[in-house]
Amino acid sequence: MSDRSQLIETGKPFKFDAERDAEFERLVKRYPTRESMILPALWLTQEQEGWVSAEAIAYIADRIGTYAAKVFEAATFYTMYHLKPMGQYHICVCRTLSCWLREKQNIIDFLAEEIGVRPGEISDDGRFSLEEVECLGHCGTAPVVQVNGEFHEEMNVEKMKTLLAGLE
Amino acid sequence: MEVKILSAKFDIENSHKLEVAKEHGAYATLEKLFAMEPADVIEEVKKSGLRGRGGAGFPAGVKWSFLPKDTGKPVYLAVNSDESEPATFKDRYILVRDPHMLIEGIIICCYAIGCHDTYIYIRGEYTSQVRILQQAIDEAYEAGYLGDTVAGRDFKLEVTVHRGAGAYVCGEETALLESIEGKKGQPRSKPPFPAVVGLYDCPTIINNVQSIASLPFIIDQGAEAYTAYGTEKSAGTHLFGISGHVEKPGMYELPLGLPVLDVLDKVAGGVWKGRKLKGVIPGGSSTPVLTAEEAKTATLDYESMAEHGTMFGSGGIVVLDDTVDIVALVKNLIDFYHHESCGQCTPCREGLGWMLKITKKILAGGGSSEDIDLLLELCDNIEMKTVCVLSAACTMPVRSYLNKFRHEFEAYVEKGASLQAAGIQG
Repeated sequence: MSDRSQLIETGKPFKFDAERDAEFERLVKRYPTRESMILPALWLTQEQEGWVSAEAIAYIADRIGTYAAKVFEAATFYTMYHLKPMGQYHICVCRTLSCWLREKQNIIDFLAEEIGVRPGEISDDGRFSLEEVECLGHCGTAPVVQVNGEFHEEMNVEKMKTLLAGLE
Repeated sequence: MEVKILSAKFDIENSHKLEVAKEHGAYATLEKLFAMEPADVIEEVKKSGLRGRGGAGFPAGVKWSFLPKDTGKPVYLAVNSDESEPATFKDRYILVRDPHMLIEGIIICCYAIGCHDTYIYIRGEYTSQVRILQQAIDEAYEAGYLGDTVAGRDFKLEVTVHRGAGAYVCGEETALLESIEGKKGQPRSKPPFPAVVGLYDCPTIINNVQSIASLPFIIDQGAEAYTAYGTEKSAGTHLFGISGHVEKPGMYELPLGLPVLDVLDKVAGGVWKGRKLKGVIPGGSSTPVLTAEEAKTATLDYESMAEHGTMFGSGGIVVLDDTVDIVALVKNLIDFYHHESCGQCTPCREGLGWMLKITKKILAGGGSSEDIDLLLELCDNIEMKTVCVLSAACTMPVRSYLNKFRHEFEAYVEKGASLQAAGIQG
């Protein structure tokens, strides 16, 4: 979201936990080059921490045996990698053609009013972040929303209200 | 009108599980497959007329035959499950409802082309989908359909799922390969084509999910059973995704060649809210639009779409009702392609940005008639002047809206508002 050129330091060292470590070792055997692990390692990092820090980039580069610049390049190119912490609930609303035709804007407007967050923003209490994303491949059940990766189809303001009420 | 070839198991409960899929015939073609010579498999697929279902429509069997022989290098198969062309949402159903059909198709393809390592490239947004696919692959390994031997035959096959992370351009086949190699998804110059120099510089075939998933039927029933559906040059069935302003949007499997309007009315319930049809986008957002008048004579196959100056594309049909503001739609489209430009080629990276700025200016009421012409000129100056076709995927449809709905752009120029808001009859 927004500025994707800067990495943030946490001031703490990063490493994979035991589960991610094992998954890294399983996956690395599947590729003839270690650099193919850049995207999978970024995913493992994001699964573990929710985002990708400067320390994580350095760790991945070291773990793979490549330049940190190559990991940084991939992390900034692929927009699903978060380079800063997101809200506890990261809401993605599809903005592309079919969702646009079926009035996704109503959902965006509702969220701005209800939780005070516009696309690209994180709520002050850190509970919500909102992102407008490109086509999510659910055009037949548009408009579609993802909350922390989970799909919600045929959305409207009423269903969005219910969805928000159901979050902890 | 609907048929159940690829979607035969879609409505069966737990059809993604191996046990259930096997009860309904999954992996039953393997015995027949391994009794055939690889060259005969390729021949059968050529005879079936199966065309690439990702959007380009290149004959699948012909693509396979471009692989050079005996290079001493491994051959790779990359299955394109990026599915990011706006309005396309068909492959997802295969991943979730019949992943074993895809795995069986992968086995067929790999046997035919002599490949032992497959990567399935799946878009990062498909979170639950990737879980189901991976479970199916794990089950196939456990059951001996993948691994050091396939169904007890001396044929090794590894299948690895590689997740993308939000880049439309990675649906372009060489960007996809770059992404598997751990790089940013910037397409390669061609030639050399991937069949010669592909993944890790080795011969590589890239096929769409639906193309691969069509193989079990073709091998099991034979090419003639497949060509019994569709038209002469557009054989078989297709998973069509119908979205936008219809009463019953959704995914429908249909034989190729049906009249567009029949499908919209009889399958998708017609234009929603009793409104009139303004236009139809036939196969994903990058295909030029058909006006309601043009749609009357168009059929859902490659040759009819070409005759109508557009493309069959990915089978993602978008219906536009008569309230759609075409200028706002064009802005939405350019926004998408501009955002998804990989940044490698100047005409695309900069040009799509200029087009976006001009369209926004027109929408804000500050445009002139020259701006409309300038948009057309930009389309010409951008298209086919880049490494890949992402820019053309934007300029081709935008040109079609400018030419076919120019009066809507002029309404903004003259009245500072949309045709609808200005109360002018289209």
